[in-house]
Amino acid sequence: MANVFERDLKIVNIGLRSFADELTSVGAAVTHVEWSPPANGDPALAQLATQLRAPGIGAEIDAVNTVAVERILAAEPVLVDVIPAEQAIPAFREGQVLLHSGPPITWDRMCGPMQGAICGALVFEGWATDLDVAAKLAASGAITFAPNHHYDAVGPMTGIITRSMPVLVVENKKFGNRAYCTINEGLGKVMRFGGNDAEVLARLAWTRDVLGPALGAALRERDGMPLKVIIAKGLGMGDEMHQRNVACTGLFLREIAPALARTCADAEKLAAALAFISGNDQFFLNVAMAMGKAMTDPARGVSRSSVVTAMCRNGTDFGIRVSGTGDRWFVAPVEMPEGLYFPGYSAADANPDMGDSAIVETVGLGGFAMGASPAVVGFVGAGSASSAADFTRAMREITVTENSEWSIAAMDYAGVPTGIDVRLVVESGIAPTINTGIAHRQPGVGQVGAGVVRAPMACFTQALAALAEEAR
Amino acid sequence: MSVLVNVVRRSFYLDSVALMRLSRQIAGMPGVVEAALMMGTPANRQIMQEAHLLDAEGQGAAGNDLIIGVRAQTQPEADAAANAAFEALDAPREKAAAAEGTAKSLGAALNQMPDASFALISVPGEFAAVEAHKAIRAGLDVMIFSDNVSYDDEVRLKQEAQALGRLVMGPDCGTAIINGTPLAFANVVPRGDIGIIGASGTGTQEVTCLIAQAGRGISQAIGVGGRDLSQKVGGISTLTAIDILDSDPETQHIVLISKPPHPDVAKIVLDRVARSAKPFTICFLGDTERELPENATAAPTLGAAAQSAMGQKKNFRIVGRSAPPGMLRKKGVIVGLFAGGTLCAEAQLVLASRKHNVTSNAPVPGASPLVADGANVDRLLDLGADEYTKGRPHPMIDPSVRDDMLRQSMNDTNVAIILLDCVIGYGAHADPAGQVAAVLADMPKKHPYLIASVTGTEEDPQVRSRQIATLKQAGVLVADSNADAAALAAALVS
Repeated sequence: MANVFERDLKIVNIGLRSFADELTSVGAAVTHVEWSPPANGDPALAQLATQLRAPGIGAEIDAVNTVAVERILAAEPVLVDVIPAEQAIPAFREGQVLLHSGPPITWDRMCGPMQGAICGALVFEGWATDLDVAAKLAASGAITFAPNHHYDAVGPMTGIITRSMPVLVVENKKFGNRAYCTINEGLGKVMRFGGNDAEVLARLAWTRDVLGPALGAALRERDGMPLKVIIAKGLGMGDEMHQRNVACTGLFLREIAPALARTCADAEKLAAALAFISGNDQFFLNVAMAMGKAMTDPARGVSRSSVVTAMCRNGTDFGIRVSGTGDRWFVAPVEMPEGLYFPGYSAADANPDMGDSAIVETVGLGGFAMGASPAVVGFVGAGSASSAADFTRAMREITVTENSEWSIAAMDYAGVPTGIDVRLVVESGIAPTINTGIAHRQPGVGQVGAGVVRAPMACFTQALAALAEEAR
Repeated sequence: MSVLVNVVRRSFYLDSVALMRLSRQIAGMPGVVEAALMMGTPANRQIMQEAHLLDAEGQGAAGNDLIIGVRAQTQPEADAAANAAFEALDAPREKAAAAEGTAKSLGAALNQMPDASFALISVPGEFAAVEAHKAIRAGLDVMIFSDNVSYDDEVRLKQEAQALGRLVMGPDCGTAIINGTPLAFANVVPRGDIGIIGASGTGTQEVTCLIAQAGRGISQAIGVGGRDLSQKVGGISTLTAIDILDSDPETQHIVLISKPPHPDVAKIVLDRVARSAKPFTICFLGDTERELPENATAAPTLGAAAQSAMGQKKNFRIVGRSAPPGMLRKKGVIVGLFAGGTLCAEAQLVLASRKHNVTSNAPVPGASPLVADGANVDRLLDLGADEYTKGRPHPMIDPSVRDDMLRQSMNDTNVAIILLDCVIGYGAHADPAGQVAAVLADMPKKHPYLIASVTGTEEDPQVRSRQIATLKQAGVLVADSNADAAALAAALVS
């Protein structure tokens, strides 16, 4: 191996900027690193992260991470059906069960929108006659609350799923697993933002009785809809699949419309279904979420792997799961999104971060694919449109690889950063960036803005400690 | 005659512009007559059909599948081109350099500069080892400017570097010159045939500058960090440095500068020196009693080390043994305020060799630690030591950290002489002499003598002669070298 004199001196300068400037002034080749303390400035944690990257153990973890990420990349997600939740998830047939977003949480710790949505859902299912009765019922302990993630499901914001709600079914043809998500309700006063009045419940009923069955029939008729290519096209059309789904919703509509026309005999219902999808720029979000869940689940349980398999929030806690630690949740308080507010609202009205939608970041979309979606950067108040690529580049520093099937034209066709490595997150101090909607803290008001939120570093440091424990 | 190959990649979408660029790239491969990459829509399949680029394989593609069609002179050439196209789909994309943002981590920097060979690390000490481990694992040689790195971290790091065949300079390595490039605190010195290994930054700077002032040059100057020759570390970096300088054709003479090493480590290092065919100068400051191999000359001071490296064998000269004419000796003690740790050590040795009672926060053999009531002993302070730099800049970067002490000493009637170093070059303050001059602007009527030396060269950004002029104008006596300054101080004190 060539020694230090035998190689062209090409310097990476980590630390004092002046050293880089002086090296540049003497004509040396130098790349400067804008260093900031890793692991939130905790040297012990930084050491731990470094130990898990040391030769030997580090190479072993690298190898199993490659396996985990390969499983994510090898996925063949296809939207195959829409069916009632109780058909998809047997647990609904065992008493009064209600699923919510995020890691496990008890009624008394839930935020306003989550409680509001649950009360609405209990009325919707006929388990309570009105919202007050529903609140007492929820507090009584008679209702079983559980995370969507425990049942192969995900849901946006409050993420409520009950037995009769129709769910999108995404099947991962490569591994045979399925994942579920409700149908997007549209914007404004909706259950995912804690809405629970008659209008909200009426829309849910129409979705249950008309839209869900119609979409299911159309999907079965056309033998499913492969999703990977829709995402690839959507990235080229300015979507990142979390905050901006306008292109993919259009692509979805283009794909589904003929089959819908062939299978829905009632012209009124057909028109209503087409109009509903057309009028909802976020319709595709829920499809992308179910896809994300279907893609990440096969990567669970790869022994020792430090790749993140789920990120989600319940409005109170942020939770992550890591491949090597199986179904264990690493939980920390959610943070407040930084963002822009609709006219008449401000940060004072905002509920903390919420929803299972961060599953899309887990597969390299949303905040990770910001480079494809400059328009979103402005919308979420994250900076100038020209800084979009910086978000993607930053996320590349905490991921195992790039997904060559989902590339970003404006970044010289770089693939979206994929496979969040807990070690890299802790070491670099760069937390995953998540694009998110912002709910009003009062139940029933709805969305008040949109923004960017960071996953709390504490989730990753706990996961790192657990991985280190297992490595011993 | 030509051969057609189709490869279909299921469920893979790229927009047509990207595919056309790829097609052109593949069409340029050896033996390729024509090539196209297209999504398998009916219209695209029609186009490929008419271009004679579609076979049964491609016929079966759907709109979401990507078809690679290659027509080439021979089967191997067609296969090679089709495979190349398939692999190019997954290859890391070529990046336009201009589009890169500022790297926030070593990993990102390596993406921007894949052929990087070296890392210069100056992050806070508790994080430096982490960055250095990352760098050596990435195949880089490393210089750690940071201090406050733990002993254990240093040992771990150097052992790993040794196993990987990489050089770790530091921690607390302030100075190196590699292939003519000054790194961190280093001076502009001509290339030459003298190689330096320094466990001390300012020691290396003083020796390289004295060599440059004499018209000679340096092949390489390697820093190893102040603790490399301790028992715990065992001289790992020093041994690596000797190996590579020994095999370096440009290096004719090797100088080793360090505080006294641990005896066990000294033995290992000197055994290695003995196995070299090249002449060595050994400057273990404060340790002149050691048995050296045939090919090594002992130098008691940095000044002597420079002279030895340039061929002088003994009778090393220290000037300033007598006071300049017209200057009276002063009663009192000597206070030294040093930015350079090794310059402080050298000054202590010079004074101790003249039977002075010397104390220091970093005492050399023959000196004592600071005492609470130290009014009647010489006090030489290394202001670059950890206890002075934790959480604040090194005095070579910000000489104002010694302003207050300088003022205090100026007004202290027990002090006869104040000794200063003034280190210039890259990394150092833009005008350290000016900083001293500013403090001296309001001198008390009766004040101690001020004696300084300037470690640097005419080619340094600060220009040595200008710094000397600034000091002289401010009323400072300027000696040729740090050792001379200390000797002059001894001569002026009664």
